[in-house]
Amino acid sequence: MIAIVDYGVGNLFSLRSSLVAVGAEVVVTDDPCVLRAADKIILPGVGAFEDAARKLRESGLDTVVIEEAKKGKPLLGICLGMQMLFDRSYEYGEHRGLGLVPGSVRPIADVIPADLKIPHIGWNALHFGGKKHPLFRYLNEGDHVYFVHSYYAAECEESVIATAEYGAPLTAAVARGNVMGCQFHPEKSGRVGLSILRAFAETEE
Amino acid sequence: MITKRIIPCLDVKNGRVVKGVNFEGLNDVSGPVELAKFYSDCGADELVFYDITASAEGRALFTDILTEVASEIFIPLTVGGGINSLSDFDRVLKCGADKVSVNSGAIRNRDLVREAAKRYGDQCVVLSVDVKRVNGVFRVFAKGGRENTGMEAIEWIRRCVGEGAGEVVVNSIDTDGVKNGFDLPMLKAVCDAVSVPVIASGGAGSIRHFVDLFSTLPQVDAGLAASIFHFREVAIEELKQELRAHDIPVRLG
Repeated sequence: MIAIVDYGVGNLFSLRSSLVAVGAEVVVTDDPCVLRAADKIILPGVGAFEDAARKLRESGLDTVVIEEAKKGKPLLGICLGMQMLFDRSYEYGEHRGLGLVPGSVRPIADVIPADLKIPHIGWNALHFGGKKHPLFRYLNEGDHVYFVHSYYAAECEESVIATAEYGAPLTAAVARGNVMGCQFHPEKSGRVGLSILRAFAETEE
Repeated sequence: MITKRIIPCLDVKNGRVVKGVNFEGLNDVSGPVELAKFYSDCGADELVFYDITASAEGRALFTDILTEVASEIFIPLTVGGGINSLSDFDRVLKCGADKVSVNSGAIRNRDLVREAAKRYGDQCVVLSVDVKRVNGVFRVFAKGGRENTGMEAIEWIRRCVGEGAGEVVVNSIDTDGVKNGFDLPMLKAVCDAVSVPVIASGGAGSIRHFVDLFSTLPQVDAGLAASIFHFREVAIEELKQELRAHDIPVRLG
């Protein structure tokens, strides 16, 4: 059973449907017991970091997610959910993250040429830089996925498992043991995205 | 590198997809769910659903269809038509829309773009504008292109982007349905005015028109069309192959 953490941020309809489409058993929940009983956890997220991080803390689910991740349970953060895995974010101020992956979240504007549009929105190619993480075992180098973001994960070189080129190589996915994250939206990335979710669903604890 | 997006637009009325020439004389084309699945399979990068029903029954039918599409199609979905308030945003987002397109609603309610962007994020708010030249000036038209608002289009677009619209769909009434190519001068004027993604709409009749669009105006992010895709006059796979042959970045397969 894969549990999607429901802490009142964003629309979980597509994420849930996409997991059903790859044959996964899935539950959308705000219940700590259900999260503890699940085999795997997905932390979604859209919108602003500060607001989402506050809602996650207020729900009390942040400590459950951290505990379960530290026990070795596979955890996948998606988009803002990935950004929250890091130590901190500099989106409108400085905000604390879950601290499961070393690094910080910074504005894309700091690293790309001024003539490129922000947010980085649309389909971009994934580059694996040599070795392919098991999350991408059904993918080919250069497969496209759908991005929408204005901030990116920085100072996390040792955890990066995929990048996307947008005037600079932006962090597209990270992994640190059982903790994984995608900056893009696998649930909106067609066949390629579904195969990433399938690979996550097949991850052994 | 980010790819150019090809976006089929599905106008939905009473649960069916329709498309008219110059917004009039609507023809029934096909079931929205079958069409959406077909497009997703052949490489569409995103889908736009326009609800052109006015009745409450039509609205309910539309959200049922949207839910069904969103549970089977895993590419970005934009929904427009009849979006006048935050509760309309809420209604379609709950059914699986990723972005919401506002047109006449933003003209009637001048706070809508700002309030929606604040609540759902800029990336969720798409400004759609129907533009027509009147005595050489770009004017914003409302009510499906039937009513001249008298507003100057570039100023209106700049204002809405300033308030949080994350993308702009520019639909040229002058070229819509004529199949003689996109309205490049109008699109250039918009691209020069704003820095958010611009989606070209109105006028595509052949593959050549998309090649011209992205070659002439590389700052345009996406091309949107309806009837030429519905009637298979242009196949999306073939269109993308041709764009790639012209060194225009696209997502294949």
